[in-house]
Amino acid sequence: MNLEQENTNEAPLVCCKCDKVFVKAKVTASYLGSEFPIEMWKCPGCGVVYVPESLATGKMLRVEQALEDK
Amino acid sequence: MEGERVRQWEAQCVQEQLPACSAACPVHVDARKMAQSIAKGDFSTALKTFQHSITLPRIISRVCDHPCQQACRRSEAGDALNIRALERSALAFGGNVASLRKFGTRPQKVAIVGGGISGVVAALDLSVKGYAVEIFESAPTLLPRLRKFPEDVLPSATIDADLAALIQLGVVLHCGAIVTHEDGETSLRTLLDQFNAVHLAVGANLEFSKAFETPLAIDPVTYETNVAKLFAGGSMRYGSQYSPITSFQDGRYAALSIDRFLQGASLTASRELQGSQASRLYTDITPFDPVPQVVAADSKHGYTREEAQKEADRCFPCTCMECVKVCEYLKEYRAYPKRYVREIYNNLCIVMGVRNSNRMINSCSLCGLCKEVCPEKMSMAEVCLEARQTMVATKKMPISAHEFALRDMAFSTGEAFAVAKHQPGFQKSNWLFFPGCQLSASSPEHVESCYQFLCESRDGGVGLMLNCCGAPALWAGRTETFEQSCETLKQLWEQMGRPRVITACSSCFRTMKENLPEIPIESLWPHLNSEEAVRPKPQFAGREYAIHDPCSTRGVMEVEDSVRGLLQRMGVDGKELNPRGQTTCCGYGGLARFANPDLTDKTIERRAKQNDADYITYCAMCRDSFARQGKRAVHVLDLVFEGQDKDPAARPDPGFSRRQENRARLKSHLLEQLWGEKSEVSMPELILHISETVRQVMERRMVLESDVRNTIAAAESSGQKFKLANGHFLATHCPACVTYWVEYTPLADGTFEIHNAYSHRMQLR
Repeated sequence: MNLEQENTNEAPLVCCKCDKVFVKAKVTASYLGSEFPIEMWKCPGCGVVYVPESLATGKMLRVEQALEDK
Repeated sequence: MEGERVRQWEAQCVQEQLPACSAACPVHVDARKMAQSIAKGDFSTALKTFQHSITLPRIISRVCDHPCQQACRRSEAGDALNIRALERSALAFGGNVASLRKFGTRPQKVAIVGGGISGVVAALDLSVKGYAVEIFESAPTLLPRLRKFPEDVLPSATIDADLAALIQLGVVLHCGAIVTHEDGETSLRTLLDQFNAVHLAVGANLEFSKAFETPLAIDPVTYETNVAKLFAGGSMRYGSQYSPITSFQDGRYAALSIDRFLQGASLTASRELQGSQASRLYTDITPFDPVPQVVAADSKHGYTREEAQKEADRCFPCTCMECVKVCEYLKEYRAYPKRYVREIYNNLCIVMGVRNSNRMINSCSLCGLCKEVCPEKMSMAEVCLEARQTMVATKKMPISAHEFALRDMAFSTGEAFAVAKHQPGFQKSNWLFFPGCQLSASSPEHVESCYQFLCESRDGGVGLMLNCCGAPALWAGRTETFEQSCETLKQLWEQMGRPRVITACSSCFRTMKENLPEIPIESLWPHLNSEEAVRPKPQFAGREYAIHDPCSTRGVMEVEDSVRGLLQRMGVDGKELNPRGQTTCCGYGGLARFANPDLTDKTIERRAKQNDADYITYCAMCRDSFARQGKRAVHVLDLVFEGQDKDPAARPDPGFSRRQENRARLKSHLLEQLWGEKSEVSMPELILHISETVRQVMERRMVLESDVRNTIAAAESSGQKFKLANGHFLATHCPACVTYWVEYTPLADGTFEIHNAYSHRMQLR
């Protein structure tokens, strides 16, 4: 499942705690036992992954629902 | 969900039953479909439809005795449809008659004795199936009886045109061949020896009976006789009564039996729909004005194209769809219960793969209006509820479908809201007021007013119980949670001394009535419909409202009547929105809103559009649903306990967050005011500023203010927040299964402005 197409062109953010700029990194998205590799913005310090609104309410929601129907 | 139960439901839905015309036709010509094609000017499709059932189309379209027309429901609004004339127009304007084609070749030989309609039809059907067929007719030509019709009714060229099919298929004709009942070259006995089966279709000629020691007996369903290999039918079964379409039927079904006999299959299986019968298809014809039959200007040549189209257009067409007409949900999926039941059952049976109907199952409001309007009382609510229970039991219910609603229920049954108390100054309760969680959430002040009224007007102590009836768990198919909830309520009720319970909520009323029969539950409205409670209110005199009854007490006339009585006492003019007992759901029922908010919007919109007047209802969820959709609506209590709100119809839907807050505040306020108990309602430390736009976004995404508050609190205390390019901060928090994101700006006074909030369930690492 491709989650990445709605995950581009987002301005990078700054982690206030680590004082570091988010960088693109390969992370793993998982739900109900399914896992997918995906490139996302991530804080190189604390490792928090940024999920933009368009992704959370778009493609990610559809994938979640599809997995729930499996 | 049991397969047997599924079949019962399927059988209850009559939408797929044959319409009256097709059912009455012995070979079930689809006259409805034909008429619909002709109405559109598509004579070619109409001809195909006709030929699907009729192998002698030219002849039958001219001489059929049309039992379909006697059955046609149009006769109840004008004249019956002239179906035979439409058939003739299909022949006239539908292009070439398609030739019959043989499907393969079979080694067996069949003899047909008698070249009337029955014999010829049997010969055609068996020949198409691949058998070698020979016809023995004593007259010099086939179909001798039809040749007696006047030439302008049935020209002999027309007969011959239909008979050409026999030659094309290679049927061997023996015209002028007299088959005797005695021994000889063309005796019946010889034919029975030489052929694998014989069909006797000799009209009124019963001489053949003499060939057998016992009288010839014909089975009316299978057309078998008491002689091996011998089948019989046609007008010999009916004596002097001549019916071309009945002879056609005999040929058709005798051929079916002969084919089954030669293949060693059961002769009796699946023959229930054979022959002319009454239709079970319900059709409401009241919307149709009477329209007379179109008369052909030239009766000899039949309808012109235009005349045929006009006549065909008089076909309604017959269809049931009673439930689909009244329900946005049933309309949404573009079919009808029989299809839905099968689809849902198939969905439940999927072991591996995608369950595409989950959302559909969870989108029904379970209101049961379908059952009310169904001629066979079939209930999609029962189907959907049982399906949900099965999904929960088999762990196939999507987690997100009802989680939010169940958390809301947990809030109402938990410490924040739930409480049970005797009336101050009483040690026992004769009565118990159970306002329900949604009135408490929507109009807590009305709960206090009602309680005060009951305490003042009812003897023996009126206890108060704030709690949830468990409806959300019931609707979600969570049988275990629901049973636990019922058990808890029962125990609390027993601890209160088994009082009579008065509820202000229709869903609580129904849920408790149906599931806690030991608890005597009453609706608040008959109690309020009295002089002591309601006095005429001049300010409402003549004011007009349209009454929206909540679906949970649909048809509970004591409840519906008392609300009307109450309005009358106040001088309010209450208009009916629908026939009594047929109210619709606002969309909250069955938790449909959580599974399918778009559909719920359509449901509310449809209801809201029914009348321009402000609506009056007595369910807090109904009122708030209308308010959310911009439809002005009041709760009956807004009028009974007229308060500070000068225009209660304009009051907005409080939304999920305020609902919980209102419940918690109601509890603490009542405890303090009436029982002198100081309770600790933890006042939120973080003050949020949320615009109406953002509030609506949060509502749609089911993000509560408390979720936002917790997210900001976590970010501000840990310092783990992110700066966006636009200068706002972004914080994330995952307290359990859902991850929340909040975009905000801390303000100088220590409060927070919220710009956006959203959530997801997927985990990222």
